[in-house]
Amino acid sequence: MHMLVCGGTGCRASASDMLYESLKKEVQDNNLENEVQVVTTGCFGFCEKGPIVKMIPDNTFYVSVEPKDAKELVAEHALKGRKVNRLLYVDPTNKEQISDSKHMGFYKKQIRIALRNCGLINPENIEEYLAADGYEAMGKVLLEMTPEEAIKVVLDSGLRGRGGGGFPTGLKWQIASKNEADQKYVVCNADEGDPGAFMDRSILEGDPHTVLEAMVINGYCIGATKGLIYIRAEYPLAIQRLKIAIGQAREFGLLGTDILGSGFDFDVEIRYGAGAFVCGEETALIHSMEGERGEPTFKPPFPAQSGYLGKPTNVNNVETYANIPVIINKGAEWFSSIGTEKSKGTKVFALAGKINNVGLIEVPMGITLREVIYEIGGGIKGGKKFKAVQTGGPSGGCLTEKHLDIPIDFDNLIAAGSMMGSGGMIVMDEDDCMVAVAKFYLEFTVEESCGKCSPCRVGNKRLHEQLDLITKGKATMEDLDKLKNLSNVIKDTSLCGLGQTSPNPVLSTMENFYDEYVAHVTDHRCPSGVCKDLIRYEVIAENCVGCTACARNCPVNCISGERKQVHLIDQVLCIKCGACLEKCKFNAIAVI
Amino acid sequence: MTSVKLKLKESDVQKLKEVAKSFNNEAGELINVLHKAQEIFGYLPAEVQEVVAQELNVPVAKVYGVVTFYSFFTMLPRGRYPISICTGTACYVRGAEKVLDEFKRILKIPVGETTSDGKFSITCLRCVGACGLAPVVMVGDKTYGRVTTDGVKDILKEYDTED
Repeated sequence: MHMLVCGGTGCRASASDMLYESLKKEVQDNNLENEVQVVTTGCFGFCEKGPIVKMIPDNTFYVSVEPKDAKELVAEHALKGRKVNRLLYVDPTNKEQISDSKHMGFYKKQIRIALRNCGLINPENIEEYLAADGYEAMGKVLLEMTPEEAIKVVLDSGLRGRGGGGFPTGLKWQIASKNEADQKYVVCNADEGDPGAFMDRSILEGDPHTVLEAMVINGYCIGATKGLIYIRAEYPLAIQRLKIAIGQAREFGLLGTDILGSGFDFDVEIRYGAGAFVCGEETALIHSMEGERGEPTFKPPFPAQSGYLGKPTNVNNVETYANIPVIINKGAEWFSSIGTEKSKGTKVFALAGKINNVGLIEVPMGITLREVIYEIGGGIKGGKKFKAVQTGGPSGGCLTEKHLDIPIDFDNLIAAGSMMGSGGMIVMDEDDCMVAVAKFYLEFTVEESCGKCSPCRVGNKRLHEQLDLITKGKATMEDLDKLKNLSNVIKDTSLCGLGQTSPNPVLSTMENFYDEYVAHVTDHRCPSGVCKDLIRYEVIAENCVGCTACARNCPVNCISGERKQVHLIDQVLCIKCGACLEKCKFNAIAVI
Repeated sequence: MTSVKLKLKESDVQKLKEVAKSFNNEAGELINVLHKAQEIFGYLPAEVQEVVAQELNVPVAKVYGVVTFYSFFTMLPRGRYPISICTGTACYVRGAEKVLDEFKRILKIPVGETTSDGKFSITCLRCVGACGLAPVVMVGDKTYGRVTTDGVKDILKEYDTED
């Protein structure tokens, strides 16, 4: 029997490493070392209910397991074969306990290709990857196929770059393969910068070998012998697991010289990013790897012509690479049978925000937002009303109720005024102010703009200032027109993808929630009750029973009133933190 | 910034020089060397940048340009307990801003600064990948999930015992 314990970042933050130790100890104390193996795996995706423990072979899926539960799990499940019912997932709709994850709403509609091994194998043990068909695709390509044949498979599969751009991967490889040079490079972009997206990290933490395998295949196809992984220094666990994987692959002769006796040499090095969103752009990434400021340069020349150290370079994203071994193994036809006409395969989304089932999901292209939010995501948290879903991170836009039934793919999302991006999907409810959300993204863009071109450096700053005025109730209707015009100018004239997409959150919220903007401007009112300068907290006298909960929790002591008497908020002192509203059990505090 | 020059510990400087040497004193390794330098000194004051510039044979201005470009590098010392509040989108929509305000209010410092006793510093970071636990706060390596404004003082209390 295997006990798989999630060792992803989310679960580790809720003590899954302690849980692992406790389980191991219990297994030892019961002398079960020969029968039960406790294994740390990568992310299962169901972060909402972490830490997760899965039992193999009976597939029992335990949620929210704490270290103190280890004793019972081992004594009951491992020793007596009885399920610990209280740790099973309960379906919120019919209150039934579900023991096998494949019957859970969260997993039912998922197809896991890029995440196939996450939560299944021990990422620190190459033999487990090998047992899961690991390095088989690489062997097939190196020993049985010519580079042209392998590129053709990738081309025919219809795989498009998963980092955000959606450029056909096979085409990218073909271009790089045709450029002659004494040295070429393959680069894996693991500089995941979209706040709220963590799929690349999960793949690297849960299945690092798949990326290495794909990079070797990529190298063989374009004629490169050196691979570089550009990863954020903020991802210590992913870096550690990558290092282990590289070491093991070298030991097994799967990296290095004359791989599998094919005569092909390839090795991989890690390069560290240092926190710059713009480095997700490939030219900026290359400059950063060269030890420079990560500023983008004009394309052409494309990296495929002149990239790292001036040599032809192919840059692909982590998730793109994770698809490659499966495409080679199962064939282009199989892969292209999944998805929509122009977007094949699956996409990993980081589902977060005001949703019941936060987590990492992999779904076929063409699924609708409604299915993702209500079936996989389990609907909006706290029974609130759905308002918008933001896709594509700081480059994307907010989609609304009317977009819920369009099939998700690269082109449909762009047509709807958003984009796929790297796959962040943040769900918002009625309590979120769309102007404040746009401002939040612009704050990010202003901070992350590299400063090289003025439309992005200056323009976004101005956009942010305008939005700030709107949220303070100090803007005019004329300012709204200016906001729109400036947004379009920035889009048209910026040098790289960052500036060309940074106004999207503004434009899409203006398009879909114009009345909210108008309410801020003309009525000086924030309909969602978020913008501090436009709201005030008041006690509703008829509901107040004088329980003093608000006064006791007010951090600035601005609420006065005797016990059992109606309380009063001093508007001058109030910092609008909302603590009183949260604490009041009698609906006696209102946001006006 | 003061005009008084910092006196770096000689053994640390020596360590840094060895790091530079291990990267063959190549200018292209600047970012890798800076990562190591920050590990050694905890931050990257002008004096450290001067040593790096000298060792890699590049202008100090270039080193400064790179240090200020990347958010991971800091020219100010962090507190003994560096507090990082995740302000990624998932945490933002679940109330990270209010949590941040509460930290700022209690510690009386803005983002990016350190309390006068050197104990706490506040920074914001974008997404630690624990969106299921939003909003998330990190103190050093310890992660706190589902933090509420009420919970802020309890977190700080955990670090009361020392000094």
